[in-house]
Amino acid sequence: MVTRLSFAGVIGRVFIWSFLLCLVVVVVYPLTWMVLNGFKTNTELFGNPFALPLQWDWGNYAAAWNRGVSNYLTTSILVTVTSTIATVFISAWAAYGLTRVDIPFSRTWSTIILGGLMLAPTVALVPLVKMFQSMGLYNTFWALLILYTAFRIPFTTFLIRAYMIDLPREVDEAAEVDGASRWTAFWRIILPMCKPIIISTIILHILFAWNEYLFAMVFTSGTDVQTLPVGLTSLMSKHGTDYPVVFAGMVIAALPVVVLFFACQRYFIKGLADGIGK
Amino acid sequence: MLLTQPSKPVEGATAALTAAAPPPRTPRRRGARRLVGLSWIMPAVVVLAVFVYLPLVQNLGFSTIEWDIYSGSQVFIGADNYVKLAGDPIFWSSLGNNVLYAVISLAVQVFGAIALAAVIESIRSDRWRRGLRAVYFIPSAISLTVAGLLFYFIYEPNLGLLNHLLDGIGLGAWAQPWLGQESTAMIAIIVMSQWQGFGYSTLLFAVAIQRIPSELYEAASIDGIGPVRRFFTITLPLVREMTGLMIIVTISGAFQVFNEVMVMTSGGPNNSTQVLGTWLYRNGFVRNDFGYAAAIATVIFVVTLGIALVQLWINRRRRVEW
Repeated sequence: MVTRLSFAGVIGRVFIWSFLLCLVVVVVYPLTWMVLNGFKTNTELFGNPFALPLQWDWGNYAAAWNRGVSNYLTTSILVTVTSTIATVFISAWAAYGLTRVDIPFSRTWSTIILGGLMLAPTVALVPLVKMFQSMGLYNTFWALLILYTAFRIPFTTFLIRAYMIDLPREVDEAAEVDGASRWTAFWRIILPMCKPIIISTIILHILFAWNEYLFAMVFTSGTDVQTLPVGLTSLMSKHGTDYPVVFAGMVIAALPVVVLFFACQRYFIKGLADGIGK
Repeated sequence: MLLTQPSKPVEGATAALTAAAPPPRTPRRRGARRLVGLSWIMPAVVVLAVFVYLPLVQNLGFSTIEWDIYSGSQVFIGADNYVKLAGDPIFWSSLGNNVLYAVISLAVQVFGAIALAAVIESIRSDRWRRGLRAVYFIPSAISLTVAGLLFYFIYEPNLGLLNHLLDGIGLGAWAQPWLGQESTAMIAIIVMSQWQGFGYSTLLFAVAIQRIPSELYEAASIDGIGPVRRFFTITLPLVREMTGLMIIVTISGAFQVFNEVMVMTSGGPNNSTQVLGTWLYRNGFVRNDFGYAAAIATVIFVVTLGIALVQLWINRRRRVEW
């Protein structure tokens, strides 16, 4: 490859690299500031926002933990794990039924399930509140589990279905010849073959459920059922003047997903690409 | 954001049909088997029918009712809520804010992101490419709530980074109560949202650019075509599909904005940062005017469904063209 290092080329390259590095600072500096503020005292925070904390004190983290963050974290983990399991299984079944089982009105069912992709959750908010109140599920863990599952089934089914369609037909025929039931064929053969897309959907669902705010805010109010995003805003309104504790809570909320991202970056990127590019 | 991603839902239905299982022996057994087959999709269908479609239909009914949840009184008022909507200046300014959101997000998170992704992918070092993509993505992983709170503090007049930074570089006169005044609050929120979201779309465009065969770029540079022209003649046309998708997702997302506004200003000061989602929330759950909130929800429904249908239509047409 021939590299021409003309004057304009050099200027261009310097310009581009300064821009890219400036952008890195714009992204990283506020995040660093957030982490550092979690270690400061209120006086330090108001004194000079750029200064480093005088001592690395974990007190704010402990305070945040004791003022509800431990509860929020537990609920977030519980809601995320259960809704991921429910969504992925229900969607995988549906995708299997739509692509590899002979069912009447298959086309109509596809439209009903995947059509849900076009509907914004905000639109259903008012009736859902009424419904959950009358069912006695308002302000419970179940409300979030149900909503996070229901509103993610179309998208998750869409992804798994697109993958299952491409699996060779012979697989099912071989299973049938071997006398395997549909149930066995699904669990033993098709589902394992779909592992890459299942991992992608799990990651996308975790990212969604961990960070979801609208439903969590409208459907829960007690400390024991609130998830981290809503819990953080209550921490803020309850202890509004004790900012370093809020910063500590923000770091606790942000850390798991950031760690997850760096730990399985490859799957993460693949998941995001699958999620939108198919 | 991905929740309502309006992807091509119906087109796969034909593929599902043609992919049906081989014809079994007798017609009667086949009929019974086909009914049993329905059990695979029933959990999904039932959950969607009860918790997604039913509320959607109910919402239309609710929007024709004057409702008080505490007294429980319901009066049918026909289209009155929509008439009220048409005369509500805050509804129109909310809609305007959603449009502003959409326009700025399109510029930054679609067109800005394509350019940024192209620049990143042109870097020779694999480590730098991966590193930059990952760093830019972090804000998208930390959630809008955390990002919103963080920027609430950055914009804060006393301890905030922004005013101190302006002070530090001698522009102290520019310091503002960014979220506290009508003239800057909406823009401040939108800027935060771009900070949070640009890495996400950049990552997606980077993936799309990686799928372009490198021979095209090599051939072009041998012909002496510079990087800017390569961008316009190779990259841009070949990521067209992703661009179309991102435009739809971005516009649709802009009309569902809720989280960041709620966290940073709750629609204030003086309702200047209300968007459709927060205005719905305020009317339905603070003022308990469920009927009016349902009418706002119908507007969001029409707009987002319209955008999704446009996308479906574009997909169909492109299919025919090819």
